[in-house]
Amino acid sequence: MLKILKYSFYDLMRSRWSYVYFLFYLLLGFVLLFLNNDVNKAVITLMNIIIVLTPLIGTIFGVMYYYNSKEFTELLLAQPINRKKIFMGQYVGISLSLTLSLVLGLGIPFILYGLFKSTAIFNFTLLLIVGSFLNFIFVALSYNIALSTENKIKGFGYAILMWLFLAVIYDGVFLISLVMFDEYPLDKFSLIATMLNPIDLSRILILLKLDISALLGYTGAVFRKFFGTNFGMLISMSILVLWVIFPIFRMNRKLKRKDF
Amino acid sequence: MNKISLLLFLFTISFSQAKQIEVCNTCEISTIKKAIELAENGDEIFIKKGVYKENDIEVNKEITIYGEEGTILDGTNNGSVLHVTANNFAIKNIKIINVGVSYTKDFAAIKVVRCENFTIENVVLDQIFFGILIEKSHYGKILNNTLSSTAKDEANSGNGIHIWHSSNMEVEGNEVFGMRDGIYFEFVTESKIHNNLSHDNIRYGLHFMFSNNDTYYNNEFKNNGAGVAVMFSKFITMYQNKFLHNWGSASYGLLLKEIYDTQIYNNLFQENTIGIKGEGCTRINYKNNTFLRNGWAIKIAGACYTNIFENNDFMHNSLDLAYNTKVNDNRFENNYWSEYTGYDLDNDGIGDVPYRPVKLFSYVVNKTPEALVLLRSLFVDIINFSEKVSPVFTPNDLMDKNPKMKKNNDSI
Repeated sequence: MLKILKYSFYDLMRSRWSYVYFLFYLLLGFVLLFLNNDVNKAVITLMNIIIVLTPLIGTIFGVMYYYNSKEFTELLLAQPINRKKIFMGQYVGISLSLTLSLVLGLGIPFILYGLFKSTAIFNFTLLLIVGSFLNFIFVALSYNIALSTENKIKGFGYAILMWLFLAVIYDGVFLISLVMFDEYPLDKFSLIATMLNPIDLSRILILLKLDISALLGYTGAVFRKFFGTNFGMLISMSILVLWVIFPIFRMNRKLKRKDF
Repeated sequence: MNKISLLLFLFTISFSQAKQIEVCNTCEISTIKKAIELAENGDEIFIKKGVYKENDIEVNKEITIYGEEGTILDGTNNGSVLHVTANNFAIKNIKIINVGVSYTKDFAAIKVVRCENFTIENVVLDQIFFGILIEKSHYGKILNNTLSSTAKDEANSGNGIHIWHSSNMEVEGNEVFGMRDGIYFEFVTESKIHNNLSHDNIRYGLHFMFSNNDTYYNNEFKNNGAGVAVMFSKFITMYQNKFLHNWGSASYGLLLKEIYDTQIYNNLFQENTIGIKGEGCTRINYKNNTFLRNGWAIKIAGACYTNIFENNDFMHNSLDLAYNTKVNDNRFENNYWSEYTGYDLDNDGIGDVPYRPVKLFSYVVNKTPEALVLLRSLFVDIINFSEKVSPVFTPNDLMDKNPKMKKNNDSI
């Protein structure tokens, strides 16, 4: 597995897209910090971008890599190597290279602008952790979709749809149900609804750390009580981990039965 | 001629009779109570440095009490310390500590009842229940004092400077922290409150009710549990105050309730949950204020008429404005909005497209507060954008027709 991981990783590291992605984040970081020198404020703006963009890039990269390297994968499958190891190697390779682009791309400008001296270092670290989780989650989800769909175009379509659902439509449905069931106590519902969507969960995790919690009033109190404590943090982190493990688990099950 | 010289003579005699009584631990007069007993109107009592464990000291003569560095009156957590009932007195340069806590009586470090023309200056109060408690008094000055305590909850803590039923007071240059309310006014008229710093109090930094014709300027209210509350008052002027970091689920920079005919200008509201919350406010002019990074810059609840918002800067607030009522005849004019995306073709500094400060999302949040968990989600940005392009839900008449392109104030 490590060999395949290494191969996928180096393959991606050499590819143009990794560089483009890395340069994009590098540029973004520099521009943000150039426009306002305040590291704290930049973290908020960055959050808006990360929670939308990381999932999107993760999804597209995952699907693209799967379909592009399909022939090579088939060649590998002919060798006496465990299937699970081949795909896990590829999966971890993609996720790692994307995470590396993210962490380095944003880390370098922020460190240059004096992150270590600022109080935002914890928030920034949280942002990077959440971004990395989103990478791992969405690459896994997109691999699932690609494995289940032979047709390339269809696979792409489903993957984009999945991203659209989790990033936009889910919140729309969420908002409508909040407005519709106005008369009922909604705090538990909204807590659970947030948990079920990794993008929402990441957003809330960062927002609460950035102190917007006070705006939430009563609901905020429930949220803060839950997420603000170490226990809540642990739970939300483990839910993010579950969001990684569950798609991987399904991927492996799918693999066992798939006829290549 | 004779009469005049006699008068002059008598005057000088009476003047020279004003004597100074020294109090120290080793002196003949070792207690303040004793000194006051010996004193007459116009005398001075000088308390030398040392700790004096006395409480419920009755000051019923027109005297000046002053100390030096290291003069400490210890109330031994038992009742009030100084209780003044005379006119024309002054208290200066003293430190008072350990005032008793009571659930039925208002124990204070300095309690002033029915007095006129007095000064309380450079007094340091620590570990107190109420700090300076003034009732039914007039023409008093409270200058450059420091009041602090370690209040834990509202029920068993008192206010820093508490003034009730008084007029023509001047509260200047005080620092108040760790109390219940920093400065509390009830039925206080014609008074000035300026250059004070009120921070880290568990309830309000400044709290006033039924207090008309007062002026507040150059004060700073910071990190208070619920910010500043002003209620049921008329003809108030507030300018160049700073309302900072009042952050919590029920906090305001400034809460206005039933306020009429008031001027609020050149203030800075920074990082408060709600910058200004208005309820039942009429004829209020908000001019040249800066709202920076608040949750809501302004939240208008109901029954507000003829509020004019002019030349204010709204910068980087999560939500600029929330209205859960009709707009009535409130007006927004020439404000700067950091989220304004219009253009200015004729270069006159005023945007050519009106700005609508109420976003669809803040409209939804007003109806369903829980929806706020979706703040900064992509979906919310999308609906806000579509609403901006073609307004359907947000009130039609609520807009700034002449938004500024550049900010009005350089207060920050």
